[in-house]
Amino acid sequence: MINSGDTAWVLISTALVILMTPALGFFYAGLVRKKNVLSTIMLSVALLALISLQWAFFGYSLAFGADRGGLIGGLNWLGLNGVGQAPNAAYAPTIPHLAFMVFQLAFAVITPALITGAFVERINFSGFLVFTFLWATFIYDPLAHWVWGVGGWLRTLGALDFAGGAVVHISAGLAALAVALVIGKRKDYGKIPMEPSNIPFTVLGAFLLWFGWFGFNGGSALSSGGLAASALVATNLAGAAAAITWMVISWIHKRPNLLGLATGGIAGLAAVTPASGFISPLSAMAIGMVAAIFCYYMIIFRVRVGLDESLDVFACHGIGGLWGVLAVGLFAEKAVNAAGADGLFFGNPGQLGAQLIMAASVALFSFIATYILAKVVDAIFVLRVKKNEEEIGLDISQHGETVY
Amino acid sequence: MGFKKIEAIIRTEKLDEVRMAVEGVGIVGMTVTEVKGRGSQKGILLEWRAGEYRVEFLPKLKLELVVHDVDLEKAVEALSAAARTGKVGDGKIFIYSMEDIVRVRTGERGRPAV
Repeated sequence: MINSGDTAWVLISTALVILMTPALGFFYAGLVRKKNVLSTIMLSVALLALISLQWAFFGYSLAFGADRGGLIGGLNWLGLNGVGQAPNAAYAPTIPHLAFMVFQLAFAVITPALITGAFVERINFSGFLVFTFLWATFIYDPLAHWVWGVGGWLRTLGALDFAGGAVVHISAGLAALAVALVIGKRKDYGKIPMEPSNIPFTVLGAFLLWFGWFGFNGGSALSSGGLAASALVATNLAGAAAAITWMVISWIHKRPNLLGLATGGIAGLAAVTPASGFISPLSAMAIGMVAAIFCYYMIIFRVRVGLDESLDVFACHGIGGLWGVLAVGLFAEKAVNAAGADGLFFGNPGQLGAQLIMAASVALFSFIATYILAKVVDAIFVLRVKKNEEEIGLDISQHGETVY
Repeated sequence: MGFKKIEAIIRTEKLDEVRMAVEGVGIVGMTVTEVKGRGSQKGILLEWRAGEYRVEFLPKLKLELVVHDVDLEKAVEALSAAARTGKVGDGKIFIYSMEDIVRVRTGERGRPAV
């Protein structure tokens, strides 16, 4: 039975989450050098178009179609055949099945876009398109099925991921780590400064992401009642707590800076994603605060070991997502969401076990499968541009355009 | 009677003080260019997302002025006094001899063209 309020909220949320992918493009573009600004935006927005098609042709069916052994969906909804205006009772009984499908599309788009932060400034565009198309098909779609698909093994196990801490953030973060190892450092990384070209772009992108996150988490209630409000409040508070914590840490080290504040907000938002529909406002603040500490020092560590996972997708989304998925097992309470579970702090240590299994299995699968996929694509289609193309910059060498 | 070209690298924030100081000794014309450069100070550290990164070239302004030989000393004195803070990074003044000058509007050359 379609509810117009629920439908309106999910459709609006879809638009909010769709905006996050171009926002991510600007978030990343401000952090790269001027010669790669357009290329970096292109990586995100090209995926908005590419994955939209993949999702309609077969991606949605692989993720949410009839279960095959708990691992992947069937091909019963190929080309959106059978996905219509009537609700699908198993996924979202009060909104059109098409609304659920398109809301999920926005997640399928932004997840591979997150990974692009790992290989900016040196990625071969054609190799990138092949890599990401295959990544969406062989890594994202099965993971979405494991966690969210009816019959998916992690969903059956009782592991909880409200809005994609595992499916989106752990998977993208670990994939970023794997692909960074395959593609290697940028030329002269660590020897010459890699100055951020446009900090206002990054900050504008970050806070548009924050804005879109209300749809990401709030919309994941799939209804427009109290749960959506609760998730939206948790989202804002976790982002806020993380941003302030990050600012304080940088201040203790030296100066409170804008790039840090914006990065902190994103780390907190990523961390609260899996928990947002199961926790109280105070728990959200705690999750955000801890996320900022973990992610800040992971960036410091990543730089110290000389790994060029260029825009810290692993440090922000991977670590934030891992912490958030485990935090569900600590802070979740049935008083907030009866369809959820109680966590360790509310007398149910078993939930933490389920969360641990989800975090570890999604992390391992994403890392290993991405590493193999990146090696294969690199061997056939080449992931990295030539040295002189990298020196000139990808805006000109890959796309024949120049920025301001 | 000859001319000199004064090329001064100064702190960006000192432009208006320098302009007023040289105007005070009768020199009005100048060309200003935004440049990046470095001296013995090398670069500076700026804040990154977490931690800091080093910027090797700092933004400066390059001023180009042409003066009569007789005005050179007071011009250099006014300019350097106005541009000075006493800290590393105040800049440099380079002085060149000039061959000739042409005023585009009238075609005048030499002294009247300054």
